[in-house]
Amino acid sequence: MPDLGLNVLFKGKNLARLLGGLGVALKISLLSVVISIVLGILVGLLMTWKNPISRALMRCYLEIVRIMPQMVLLFLVYFGTTRIFGWNLSGEASAVIVFSFWGAAEMGDLVRGALISIPQHQYESAAALGLSGGQTYRYIVLPQTVRRLIPLSMNLITRMIKTTSLVLMIGVVEVLKVSQQIIEANRMSSPNAAFGVYLTVFALYFFACWPISLLAGFLEKRWR
Amino acid sequence: MKKNRKLFAILLTFALVLSLAACGSSGGSAAPTGSNDAAAAGKTGGPAADAAEAPAEKASEDSGAVYRTLEEIQASGTINIGVFSDKNPFGYVDENGEYQGYDVYFANRIGEDMGVEINFVSTEAANRVEYLETGKVDIILANFTVTEERAEKVDFALPYMNVALGVVSPDSRVITDLSEIGEGDQVIVISGTTAETYLAENNPEITLQKYDTYANAKNALENGNAVAWANDNTEVIAFALQNPGYTVGIPSLGSQDTIAPAVTKGNESLLNWINEEITSLADENFFHKDYEETLVDTYGADYEDSLVVEGGVTAQ
Repeated sequence: MPDLGLNVLFKGKNLARLLGGLGVALKISLLSVVISIVLGILVGLLMTWKNPISRALMRCYLEIVRIMPQMVLLFLVYFGTTRIFGWNLSGEASAVIVFSFWGAAEMGDLVRGALISIPQHQYESAAALGLSGGQTYRYIVLPQTVRRLIPLSMNLITRMIKTTSLVLMIGVVEVLKVSQQIIEANRMSSPNAAFGVYLTVFALYFFACWPISLLAGFLEKRWR
Repeated sequence: MKKNRKLFAILLTFALVLSLAACGSSGGSAAPTGSNDAAAAGKTGGPAADAAEAPAEKASEDSGAVYRTLEEIQASGTINIGVFSDKNPFGYVDENGEYQGYDVYFANRIGEDMGVEINFVSTEAANRVEYLETGKVDIILANFTVTEERAEKVDFALPYMNVALGVVSPDSRVITDLSEIGEGDQVIVISGTTAETYLAENNPEITLQKYDTYANAKNALENGNAVAWANDNTEVIAFALQNPGYTVGIPSLGSQDTIAPAVTKGNESLLNWINEEITSLADENFFHKDYEETLVDTYGADYEDSLVVEGGVTAQ
């Protein structure tokens, strides 16, 4: 059994610090996910709206999010707002803003895709049955949309959790930063610690994301 | 028609990005026109409002960024100091979650003498200047090498450490001068380091063997692929100390660079305070004590005098 340097995890408060770092990452990502889902549904509805101005605006928004790397957005929000407006946003707040900005656009596009995938004849059939516009959405369109959205949005959510590792660049100490700190603090006493610590981080991310995948599978089966 | 619409979308996106960029630069160019900007910045900055008038001249020169003067820091009771959190032994976090290291030892003394609590901010090499330019930290104490390029953007205080290049070679044939390197010999460097640039510029006759990582360079030297390894002197000294059979024949090569604290450009009250602090700490040989507490395990006692700068006075 090669020495993976796992012993460094049990020095002092290292394990608690690592879990605390995971907590920070999850807090940022889950808060952003909730905001993204709410705003994303709105954005998705605006995207399918026939008004050309709202469509153009939404299109621009989506393109900006697609083009800009999250790293650049983080720097823009964290340092840029201080430079231009003098706001002193904390790293966590900036991260939530950026991830929500990103999530809402991508979620919106997913909602748009799910909405337009409902065939026209469903609307027409609903109208023929005498359902009002609101009723058509409530009983016909939404249930089908939500079902189509689940696998797509799970990808987005797990991606958001993993991308939180970027926030170390704006001074937020999350799980990956803690792991680097632990490896560096022990680089003399256990030079092999990197493998063991990163393996642990891998396991932590896995246990954070896996329940979400399980939930998605469960919901997909249940609503089939 | 479809093509037109796409083109329209692209144009709109560009227009938006451009307008954003314009916002950014107008923030900068509008600053010199006067107290409006400084006042607005002061208001949002909270405690900075009072003092916004005094350094208005200075503040209007930089792009509206707000720094805190010494009085404001003392009044708030907390100083924000940017340090590395993963660069052992300069700035790192120990197993109890406490910041430690050569830079941190000095930072703690600053907090003590200024009479304020310290809020350590974890910085990366790439964002140190940005942190100061936006005033998000008051001081950077993160192994910050003084360069002319950086000095245009931030104000450096007196130095507290030396850095230079060093060359390590096996005991069987210690290289003490670059002229000892023969024609068929090769020297190991890590790509992108100052050692590579220095040797390529000043000693083009030496054949370089380039590696991307520290581990590969180490293996190459141990396998005898080359006669010596050139890198930052702190790195080669630490290497020779951990690996018996190797000696640092050339402990300082090329231009001596220094490491110093940095503050936001124009923050004179804080800069003067730090300079006075560094000068007065020389009486108690503070940085030598710092070295003995934090660096001696990595670099050994032999290099104490060549690495430490006491009282801001470089030996040259």
